[in-house]
Amino acid sequence: MNIFFERKYIIQAILIFTCFILIVRLFYIQVIDDSYFLSANNNVLRKLTVYPARGIIYDRQGKIIVQNEPVYDLMVIPRQAKNLDTIGFCKLISIDKNEFITRINKARKFSPYKASIFAKQLSARAFASIQERLFDYPGFFVQNRTVRRYPDSVAAQVLGYIGEVDENRIKKTNNYYQIGDYIGISGIEKSYETILRGQRGTKIIMVDALNRDQGSYEQGKYDTTAIAGEKLISSLDLRIQKLAEKLMRNKKGSVVAIEPSTGEILCFVSSPTYDPNLLVGPERGNNYIKLLKAPEKPLFIRPIMAQYPPGSIFKAVQALIGQQEKVITPESRFPCNGGYSIGNRIVKCEHNHSPLNLNESIAQSCNSYYCWLFKKLIDHGNYGSVEKNYLVWRDYILQFGIGKKLDIDLPNELGGLLPTVSFYDKYYSSGHWKSSTIISLAIGQGELGVTPLQMANTMAIIANRGFYYSPHLIKAIGKNQVKKETYTTKHLVKIDSSYFNVVIDGMQQVVDHGTATYAKIADIPMCGKTGTAQNSHGKSHSVFVAFAPRNNPKIAIAVIVENSGYGATWAAPIASLLVEKYIKDSISRPAYYIDRLLNADLIHPTFTETKEGH
Amino acid sequence: MSNLGQNKFWKSIDMPIILLYVTLVLIGWLNIYAAVFDESHASIFDLEKNYGKQLLWIVTALFIGLMVLLIDSKFFSVFSFGIYGITLLMLVAVLFFGKYVNGSRSWFEIGSFRLQPAEFAKFATALVVAKYLSSGVKMERFSTKLSVLGLIGLPMGLILLQGDVGSALTYVAFILVLYREGLSGMVLVIGLLIGIAFVLSLLFAKAAILISIAVITAILLYNFRRKKKIIPVIIAGAALVATMVVGFSYVFNNVMKQHHRDRINNLVGKEIDIKGAGYNVNQSKIAIGSGRLIGKGFLNGTQTKYDFVPEQSTDFIFCTIGEEYGFVGSVILIGLFLALLLRIVFISERQRSSLSRVYGYGVASILFLHLFVNIGMTIGLVPVIGIPLPFISYGGSSLWSFTILLFILIKLDANRQNIVK
Repeated sequence: MNIFFERKYIIQAILIFTCFILIVRLFYIQVIDDSYFLSANNNVLRKLTVYPARGIIYDRQGKIIVQNEPVYDLMVIPRQAKNLDTIGFCKLISIDKNEFITRINKARKFSPYKASIFAKQLSARAFASIQERLFDYPGFFVQNRTVRRYPDSVAAQVLGYIGEVDENRIKKTNNYYQIGDYIGISGIEKSYETILRGQRGTKIIMVDALNRDQGSYEQGKYDTTAIAGEKLISSLDLRIQKLAEKLMRNKKGSVVAIEPSTGEILCFVSSPTYDPNLLVGPERGNNYIKLLKAPEKPLFIRPIMAQYPPGSIFKAVQALIGQQEKVITPESRFPCNGGYSIGNRIVKCEHNHSPLNLNESIAQSCNSYYCWLFKKLIDHGNYGSVEKNYLVWRDYILQFGIGKKLDIDLPNELGGLLPTVSFYDKYYSSGHWKSSTIISLAIGQGELGVTPLQMANTMAIIANRGFYYSPHLIKAIGKNQVKKETYTTKHLVKIDSSYFNVVIDGMQQVVDHGTATYAKIADIPMCGKTGTAQNSHGKSHSVFVAFAPRNNPKIAIAVIVENSGYGATWAAPIASLLVEKYIKDSISRPAYYIDRLLNADLIHPTFTETKEGH
Repeated sequence: MSNLGQNKFWKSIDMPIILLYVTLVLIGWLNIYAAVFDESHASIFDLEKNYGKQLLWIVTALFIGLMVLLIDSKFFSVFSFGIYGITLLMLVAVLFFGKYVNGSRSWFEIGSFRLQPAEFAKFATALVVAKYLSSGVKMERFSTKLSVLGLIGLPMGLILLQGDVGSALTYVAFILVLYREGLSGMVLVIGLLIGIAFVLSLLFAKAAILISIAVITAILLYNFRRKKKIIPVIIAGAALVATMVVGFSYVFNNVMKQHHRDRINNLVGKEIDIKGAGYNVNQSKIAIGSGRLIGKGFLNGTQTKYDFVPEQSTDFIFCTIGEEYGFVGSVILIGLFLALLLRIVFISERQRSSLSRVYGYGVASILFLHLFVNIGMTIGLVPVIGIPLPFISYGGSSLWSFTILLFILIKLDANRQNIVK
């Protein structure tokens, strides 16, 4: 002990005070401040997305139209990708060194610590060869994804395609999607997106300072499994879909076939089409641009977007309205005279014959008959004025699904063209128009625009004798085979079923010994109507609509071959083959009959005109 | 001593210190295990891992401790200068034959065995200072101060030459010893002033500080213009602070290495760069902070186990304790250390021999400085200075040297009835 012994108290005080400072500081960072706890989780926890498989789409017989195929994204964590044998690596995934540098810099810019995609959608084969060598390249790993695969390469426009979701869509969906997610962009992929996409799962893993997987967090307590998208059963029949696409090769136009009793679409062709597999995989972007720029516009979905004046097929509808409005009976006759004259204008008829009755007028497609009928309906109708008569007539047409959308389960459907009263009031000024002003409508020309889907649907209505279900491409959703309510609602047309027989008679005569005898099928009574839709750009469109068999119809069909002339030349035989194939599952026609259709190139200039008949 | 039985010898040993020592060493071992735990080497006895090796160090340290207890106390008095001389020689030798590790040349490497002489220089210096101050010198005399400063400064300077700033700084701890032995209390105040001036010189431009000092001095001079005696004190104080500011910025910019500058800048919040120099401290704070009140439990610490914290078994071992045992565990550990320090002070004060007392304070000061700087750096109170947490951190050299340091005191204390000169 010495004189300074009291200083021990000061020294003890210093020791205690210093420890107190440490404890206060610890209290602050451990108990008060939460941010360190959160940072620790950020450090060590990684939320991984587990992508669900997208729903598979089947045809009506259970054949797969769209399936999933595994692909492998090559991921990189730039900070770990050190001391690489760059040249060897470039060879492995066949890119050059500059590309390598660009990609790695892009990844580094995103984050040196987090994984980003280095090479997208490697095929299983590329993956197999890379996987063997991957351990040589630290920082690189492979992540599974699935992409769409179309085994038969058909129905491109129906199915649509998927692609990476963009910023806008992410915002619009309240961030449901994340960057890198796939989303349906067109077709069924778009309209059934919420069903097909399934539910993402998450997996929380722990990583060490080098971002290496250290296993799941709390034994996967917070993980959720991915739920695969539900399957869809399409109403399409792959047999006739494939045949139709073959027949329509090198032709512009559409084929739509509907099962009348349900509204299920059996066949939906927009030609020229493309291989849906082109819009999958790493070349998707380039292929898409090519398709977008192609002069034949393969991305244009003709059956629901192209609108044609319906031509003669419209006469069947007119005949039904005329009967329902009681301005004609099956035995009413109108003179032909080779045409219907209005002042010095004349609506020509192909023939000049004695006055025909209703049945014959359809079978022989007499233009004059329908001009007289139209005059009766519009000028001398039951409602007092031209405007009112037109309004009632227009309402009938709307009931047939013409001039409005049919609510098919595809995006971008157009409603067609059906002028309103106010349109004519504006065009001709109110009170200054009557049947003669708008006489083209009588025979399905003029200001009318009807989509192939609407044509086929009209046939379904006639086949059903007065009702239809909205045509649709998906007949059942998911395991429980649910059908959308929209497609189980019967739409009635206010025309007595008794009025249909005479029209159907006429239509059967068209096929049996009228303009479409070339389309006649042995043992299947088919009712049809050819049309030749005039067109200001070159040749008329060849149109044929039909349903078969006459009783208990199984199929209603519309075929349009653009700029190819008469309905009987191209559209009718194509429809005929499809109907036969669908009903009998075989074709009884001779090879030359089919070959002529298969080999015809109606698009490309080298085409030499074949002999036309009707 | 010869007429005392074996039994009496053991009884004279201070059991509380031994208990605290053993407790701390075991805590260290378990936490090294937790810090570098590896599923494929799950046994705590696995010699490939630091925890297995630490067990070897612990066993050998206990053996060395026992040896120290068996040596005659006079040995430490008689050979204090000899031991000191040998360590100085080793410190010189390591400058020529040492191996570079992390930028400093402070390790001897013999096969796979590495030895850090700077660790052993600590107890040697404590011993020699005790010996010198107990030899009847008067602290008030300038020559005494100069000699003590020399004895402390010599190893400190040699360690600085190795580039090991951290170890060199620990010699500052001797200020407490000198204070206890009669150095003016002003030393502590000046120490505090030095600290403040140091931080100021980093935070603000030199010119701004010098102008502020001038202004404050002018105001003080005006206020105290009637008290003639105080005026020189004020002027002297101002001059001192100004000199230190200029001096520090010189040292900071011209003497220190870049990584030291980074660490210090980071501490005073001047350059926020959590991926660069601040990475260690930031990760260390995250690990400790994420332990919250009661911690994540043994082996459940993710930050240390998954290598987010660097040096997690050596300098940053406290992170594991903070993360796995939380605030409660941290307080208990600091409490154990405080108990140890206060016990050492208590023991020192009961010595009849001034050598034992001075040495005891030396032990307390060295342990205290390590404790404060080591834990302080893990929680961002002190710049990152690579010194171990006594008895806890992994490492043979440090465990051995701290054991020798402490056990010499235990031996001296056990023998306190006989005055050692």
